Amino acid sequence: MSAQPPVPIAPMAPAGAGWAGTGGPPPATWEAALLALAAVRPELVVMTAENRAAIRNLPPVLGPRFVDVGICEQTMIGAAAGLALRGRTPVVHALATFLVMRAFEFIRTDVGIANLPVTLVGAVPGFLSDGNGPTHQAIEDVALMCGIPHMTVICPADEEELVAALPAILDRRAPCYVRHNAMRPAVTHTAPFEIGRAELLAPGAEGGVTLLTYGFLLRQVEEARQMLEQCGVPAALLNMRTLKPIDEAAVLAAARHSRLLVAVEDHLQTGGLYSIVAEVLVRHGVLCGLQSISLGESWFKPALLPEVLAHEGFTGPAIAGKVLNRIGDLGVRSVLDETLVDNPGGIPRPAGWRL
Amino acid sequence: MSRETVTGAPTPADTAAADASPSGPAAASGPGTGAAPAAPATTAWELDQLPALALRVREHIVRMATAGGCFIGASLSCADLLVHLYTRVLRLSPATLDDPGRDYLFLSKGHDVPALYGTLAELGYIPRERLANHLKTTDSIYWHPNRAVPGVEFHSGSLGHLLSVGIGVALDIRLRGGANRVWVVLGDGELDEGSVWEACLVANALGLDNLTAIVDRNEFQANVRTEELVPLEPIPAKFEAFGWSCRTADGHSFAALEEALGPLRAAPYAPGRPSVVVARTVRGKGLPSIEARADRWFANFTAEEIAGLLAELHGGASRELTSEGLVVR
Repeated sequence: MSAQPPVPIAPMAPAGAGWAGTGGPPPATWEAALLALAAVRPELVVMTAENRAAIRNLPPVLGPRFVDVGICEQTMIGAAAGLALRGRTPVVHALATFLVMRAFEFIRTDVGIANLPVTLVGAVPGFLSDGNGPTHQAIEDVALMCGIPHMTVICPADEEELVAALPAILDRRAPCYVRHNAMRPAVTHTAPFEIGRAELLAPGAEGGVTLLTYGFLLRQVEEARQMLEQCGVPAALLNMRTLKPIDEAAVLAAARHSRLLVAVEDHLQTGGLYSIVAEVLVRHGVLCGLQSISLGESWFKPALLPEVLAHEGFTGPAIAGKVLNRIGDLGVRSVLDETLVDNPGGIPRPAGWRL
Repeated sequence: MSRETVTGAPTPADTAAADASPSGPAAASGPGTGAAPAAPATTAWELDQLPALALRVREHIVRMATAGGCFIGASLSCADLLVHLYTRVLRLSPATLDDPGRDYLFLSKGHDVPALYGTLAELGYIPRERLANHLKTTDSIYWHPNRAVPGVEFHSGSLGHLLSVGIGVALDIRLRGGANRVWVVLGDGELDEGSVWEACLVANALGLDNLTAIVDRNEFQANVRTEELVPLEPIPAKFEAFGWSCRTADGHSFAALEEALGPLRAAPYAPGRPSVVVARTVRGKGLPSIEARADRWFANFTAEEIAGLLAELHGGASRELTSEGLVVR
């Protein structure tokens, strides 16, 4: 099904050459990015199911192009599909759990089957729901959204990436799920944002480990990486940015370069980064140890975020400790010269198994 | 009865309930094998004792609005409602929590759980000291209800779920010939959710007259007034059109609540029909500096602001609040 051309209405500002055609510098916040792009893209509409925290200043500026449907997630998605049919590009906000789960079938059927340009922005995903409890824990959102054909899934590490992703998402004119994250950057980014491309933040060394992560946990994983390096374990760091389509080249390069890949995520083990990386390795016949540091098969203990991270073992030191345990090196000495990757049952390793 | 004899110790009503309990859960005897004796209502509290009790519940709510905060506005609006239900209406006590003949209360608008925590603490379901564990990983006292807290029948937080869960429980009670009743507290913003109205259709279709919904009509949802976003009125006519019998009451008047809820202890408003009470309330009730403030739904105040709010609860002057309200939750 093809979408109609945009309904002609006057842009709020003349297009410029600067950031994404707005004529200005890159905005500092998600809200400012939406405003700047809405000014030059009259087809952009912002919707919410009464979750206004990240967009509370938009209603007076956008007027009728800001649509709050109340606590009606299913109706919001259906209406977004209708708007998209008429050429609009709705950017839809709700708490991630209610957006992707309550309205799942509407997303899959109304947005997915029709392949409509609706951008789904899930608020407080993963650990970011801190003290709310399991009802609010979106820790299967990546799995669910990756399960819809042609859905792009983007998990920015911070607000800078979130903002950088927006023009690229809108230009694709296709369904997209974004894990909203307005944290300050934990690292200096080295590569411009590009859908489907991971960012290599630290090269590690041949035979070391590669840490792969997404979202705000980049801060904790970078801390863990530095600790591993201090322990003599060379550690590369990949900020995945996009989980679908996954950056296969980056994953395969890491697997060929490392003795162990470590997927760190505030998500259930099934269907998240660990599963995605495993699929890539199997698809290409590349064998490499792969460790999951995830929520496994559990909801997490509700509390304020720092306490959650400590309780669930996602602080930098806790992550580093799990990796060290996995590579069987509680000291430092033998890391690089022993057989390290788990080999349960003593299954003979095939030729080409590199350790 | 004074509160001193009620809290922390079984009441005469509790003892009677324990005596009346069957030797095992009704579930063990299989469906349709007769009624469990109903636990008696907790009517030992006199109406004129309730304002003081509700004030203590509000103190607990205010104390939870710091060090991470809580949904203070929605909690204060339903404090009187929960106090009334737990002291005058529900056939339930700390001693009868596992009695299959007890009444069930489901808090579907789960974000007001501080009011429930406070009520449960004051009535001896949980130690008061446990409320100090709010947001600690060592306990399960957090922003939404869960069954690790005695007295909480089911978890909630995702709106529009517990009227349907209540239907299932009410249906089983009817299948067993039980006399106990199911009460579901709904938020008014929650009425946006289509699942609420599906449940209304089904409850009517099943003729569940042992089911009562209570709407905390505080006229706000998270960020805005309900009537300015998705107008809900006339709420009573909507429920009536779905086959329910409806009454409205001032949700902060214990006399009015007694008049509306009292008869439902014994019988529905109309045989064969589910009942609903629309309780007209004020978000933030009891704190003029919070009342009807759109931005004081979820709040995380400083310790100093909490001290000022506690004084305000007792009639002190309103103080200026500078902590920013968080509307994300």
